[in-house]
Amino acid sequence: MQQVPLLSLITFLPIIGMILILFLPKNNEKVIKSLTLAVTGIQVLLGIVIWRFYDYSLGGIYNQASFQFVEKFRWIEISSVSWLGTIKIDYFLGIDGISAPLILLTAVITFIATLASWNIKTSIKGYFALFLLLDTGMMGVFVALDFFLFYIFWEIMLLPMYFLIGIWGGPRKEYAAIKFFIYTLLGSVFILLAMIGLYLSATETLADGSKVFTFNMLQLMNAENYTADGILSPLNPSNLRLWAFLALFVGFAIKIPMFPFHTWLPDAHVEAPTAISVILAGVLLKMGTYGILRINYPMFPEITNQLVWWIALFGMINIIYGALCALAQKDFKKLIAYSSVSHMGFVMLGMASLNTAGVSGAVLQMFNHGTITAMLFIIVGIIYDRAHTRGLDDFGGLANQMPVYTGFVTIAFFAAIGLPGLSGFISETFVFLGAFHVESIRLITVISTLGILLGAGYMLWTLQRIFLGQLNPKWSALEDLTAREYAMLIPLTIIVIALGVYPSLMLDLMNSSVNTMVNFLLKSPETFSGLPF
Amino acid sequence: MSENQIILFSLFSLFAPLLGFVVTVILGKRFKFMYLFEVAVITLVLLASISVLFVKLGYLPDTKIVSEFAWISLGNLPILGDFNLSLGIMIDNLTVIMLFVVSLISTLVHYYSIAYMKGDPRFNRYFAYLGIFTFSMMGIVLTHNILMMYIFWELVGLSSYLLIGFWYEKKSASDASKKAFIVNRIGDVGMFAGIMMIFVTYHTFTFDTIFENISSGVLPFNSDFWLTITGLLLFCGAIGKSAQFPLHVWLPDAMEGPTPVSALIHAATMVAAGVYLVARIFVLLTGDALFIIAVVGALSALIPATIALTQNDIKKVLAYSTISQLGYMILALGVGSFAYGFFHLITHAFFKAGLFLGSGSVIHSMHHEQDIQKMGALRKKMPITYITFVIFSIAIAGVPLTSGFLSKDGILAGTYAFGLLTGQWIFAIVGFLVAMMTAFYMFRLVILTFHGEARDHHKFEHAHESPLLMTVPLMILATLSVFIFYTANPVDAEGGWFLSKWVKTPTTVVPESARYSFMVSDANIEEIAHSEKIVHSVSYSEALHHAHMPAVFLSLFLAGLGILTAFLFYQWKKLNADKLASSLKPLYNFSYNKWYIDEFYDATFLAFTMALSRFLAWFDQTIVDGIVNGTATITRFFSRFTGGFDTYVVDGLVNLFAYVSGMFGLILRKLQLGKVQAYVVLVIFSLVILVFLFTNLQIG
Repeated sequence: MQQVPLLSLITFLPIIGMILILFLPKNNEKVIKSLTLAVTGIQVLLGIVIWRFYDYSLGGIYNQASFQFVEKFRWIEISSVSWLGTIKIDYFLGIDGISAPLILLTAVITFIATLASWNIKTSIKGYFALFLLLDTGMMGVFVALDFFLFYIFWEIMLLPMYFLIGIWGGPRKEYAAIKFFIYTLLGSVFILLAMIGLYLSATETLADGSKVFTFNMLQLMNAENYTADGILSPLNPSNLRLWAFLALFVGFAIKIPMFPFHTWLPDAHVEAPTAISVILAGVLLKMGTYGILRINYPMFPEITNQLVWWIALFGMINIIYGALCALAQKDFKKLIAYSSVSHMGFVMLGMASLNTAGVSGAVLQMFNHGTITAMLFIIVGIIYDRAHTRGLDDFGGLANQMPVYTGFVTIAFFAAIGLPGLSGFISETFVFLGAFHVESIRLITVISTLGILLGAGYMLWTLQRIFLGQLNPKWSALEDLTAREYAMLIPLTIIVIALGVYPSLMLDLMNSSVNTMVNFLLKSPETFSGLPF
Repeated sequence: MSENQIILFSLFSLFAPLLGFVVTVILGKRFKFMYLFEVAVITLVLLASISVLFVKLGYLPDTKIVSEFAWISLGNLPILGDFNLSLGIMIDNLTVIMLFVVSLISTLVHYYSIAYMKGDPRFNRYFAYLGIFTFSMMGIVLTHNILMMYIFWELVGLSSYLLIGFWYEKKSASDASKKAFIVNRIGDVGMFAGIMMIFVTYHTFTFDTIFENISSGVLPFNSDFWLTITGLLLFCGAIGKSAQFPLHVWLPDAMEGPTPVSALIHAATMVAAGVYLVARIFVLLTGDALFIIAVVGALSALIPATIALTQNDIKKVLAYSTISQLGYMILALGVGSFAYGFFHLITHAFFKAGLFLGSGSVIHSMHHEQDIQKMGALRKKMPITYITFVIFSIAIAGVPLTSGFLSKDGILAGTYAFGLLTGQWIFAIVGFLVAMMTAFYMFRLVILTFHGEARDHHKFEHAHESPLLMTVPLMILATLSVFIFYTANPVDAEGGWFLSKWVKTPTTVVPESARYSFMVSDANIEEIAHSEKIVHSVSYSEALHHAHMPAVFLSLFLAGLGILTAFLFYQWKKLNADKLASSLKPLYNFSYNKWYIDEFYDATFLAFTMALSRFLAWFDQTIVDGIVNGTATITRFFSRFTGGFDTYVVDGLVNLFAYVSGMFGLILRKLQLGKVQAYVVLVIFSLVILVFLFTNLQIG
């Protein structure tokens, strides 16, 4: 399979779709939608092919040889740019066990989100063109191994998101879109600064023996590549590396979103159309934690080791704070948005453990949160489409009116609560087992377990308020699920149950890479803080 | 039947109800008779577990059968070492007895429900839920590791949630189901913390491996203290599930569920899971842990018993009685009387399921009236229900010839022996006191329901005996409440087959320094090998022997006294209950209002959490987001300022410059004469000036 550029295909297929759509006449709704569905469907198939040919034994992380489906060639080459010397940037794609689950997640979620976009009414052409552009941006972030390329994909994703919320959103869409845009852009600026700093600090040795500055992520993970006088060199006695770490961390934390940078999320979710909420919660939030795992952790292993307590602390705050805020919400969609804040806290807590159980739990939680929250937002969308309200107190007794819908809601809610047998339980358990193993964050872990109690509280209360009790006669005309809604919910339900019963499907995929990462973080702090030059 | 077949039959008992659930829930809407599938499945499960019971107890009483498969195997990991989680079943005598009890009561409840739930719009759904409950309960019973137990523990919580809230149109029912789940989760969080402690210490969840490690001296954080804590954290799960004080508040509310469900889940099986958990981890509990467990058990036996004295809802009385009896079991385990604790779990399962099904029969015939003050005289109308109800009542009250007498007497003897050995008599005092109260409130219930005059004549007129589908289960359970199934000697269970052959106290693995002095581990069994009971020291056996007779007579006397008092009050009216109640008004109110514990929780924990959540939501919206929006506003203000600066100052300068240039242009235009010579002159003139300026500047 090495000769087929699978990663380029899965990343740029949506762009091809987008170009085709732009050539289509405006009123040809059916073709536009079908084309998008076909593109995202093929993406799912490509994802399965990738999964099928993925070698579970290879670790990735810092070693190019153990990355898979690698595509690498010189992309930009400008010679003699004043004192910078030659600028060489690679087109460098590849995946390991950290990114592979997220590729699958992105493919599935985008496909489901296409179905969720079916009832978009206005400017269909523009919507689906932007949707596909967004798709490319997301995929690109997860496959890029060159920092420059990563950054470009990161920014590509931002623009369509802004328009998708700002044009097709709810009543306060402009506010929400601008807030999202500026917040993320602020994060991007931090990332950009750190990226340039890293670029100017590390060199890569070319085949002819010459050294050039590099954006290659894997080269940036090697302490020996840093020049002695580079500003972010481990030899630099100033604490600039700490600041660079923090800049990157804040840039990614905004995306997670980590307290206190999370307030764009409820607004964005409430205003975004269902499909965009699904993508936002299902995929975009994972970019934050992915970025930390891919960039912060292996490029700054010595600082990572110093700051795990803080990462765990903010994870705990997210868990508890998000859950308590969710408990007080009166809007269904806002409640789910806050539950995302809480559930992403588990990812951070797991990452902070720096051991296999915790990090596996974190990556698995990214995947599981993606699927479960996608279900939850679809569920909100279904009821909003019918009732045009999301007030938790406006409903009651829908269980008898929409029994099948209620069945799916129950599965999704209990998955979010972390009921065993459903996927959320496994990842939360792994996170807790891993985090509890680390002495310094043990207390934080114990406090965090309160999150699973609060989670049960707000979810069951919501279930009761909307579905149980007497039916409000106002809603006696609501209909149960349509075929399209079945098509969205059933695949996600199958994934949620399958990973709950047999989590090895995902755990085995990520295990080698997680172990490589853990080992790397265990050993490299010495090389980074020592003096190997 | 070989070991493999036992495993196969057990796995069938586990998974068949799951199949029943899935099939019934999916096809139940389409096919009206889908519930028959679930009933057929559970009947087969009963047959399977009966055969397992007979083979295991008959031929392999001392074998432990384990079967497992790798579930998550991550191999040898950095930091954590070997990380392989397996799912598996472990079949010992406890398991097969529980397997039989669960499947029998579940089957009886299935048949009973066919009549009881007749006409319910979600009839099939109900049976599906019974299926998933049976599956989860079987999982708890069969598992060989603590994580898997936790998994099924939560699943049982789910099925309990679904069944309590089965009539979710009622607000009270949906409230009760939510409360049950959340209160249980409080206990589960503790249990999960215990599981984390286990994992961090032993890197395994398998019971036997953990026990082996402890007995070879590996302790959590290397201390007895943390072993105690670990045990108590795991016990938190039992506090929730077995509705022990202070988490007992969900069980009375859970009576909102259909009555057969109360019989199956909230009396006989699920609530006993906590006791089963304590029995499973019994060997790792230190003396301190057991003592605290005994305290919890004693409080849970006592407090609900005092509440049951004054309740008027037939199911509420039984619910509080259930908590109280579960407290007995926990108390028994806490004072080291392992076998009797488990024995009481079994006997109680039968007679309490019977009591609930009997009350269901009454409620069914009284058109869903549950207030015993509106009943009376029903014995004439419902003879079978009446007779079986009395049998169950004397069993729970501890009258000889019943199973309840045997097990309760054993527990009381255990607390008595504990007093003899340690000087802690409080457990014995509570135990005997509760025995008396139990006898009293049970006969209060019997008399008010079945004896005397009918107090609601309209409902009484329409009352009738329930159909055979409901009464046959009652008769079966009444039969099982007789002593003969457990021992040949009606006053002493010690020599009976149940205790001498089937259920033996396991040897503790706790370090000697941390356990009750009368407990023995494998290591020092040899020293006292002459003793028959190798699990307890000689002194304990002697104490128990001494305790037996006094306990028998005392408990008989107290039970008789309790029953007599009930008759004096309610049957013969020699004493006036209302008068007593009004003379002891504060006490009566305290009991009638359930010690105000719910009100206390509502006013403290719940109110605090809700207030905190509202505050944080406000904080989030106003402060955190306020800062974000404030930053935006300030930025906008500055941008307006810089915008103004740009427009008026920067651009102003540019414009001024342009203006000035324009003015100059106007002036200079005069110089434009249109003649080449003039330009040449001008250029030269300018050049001269420029050169002059430059040279001067250079010099300057």
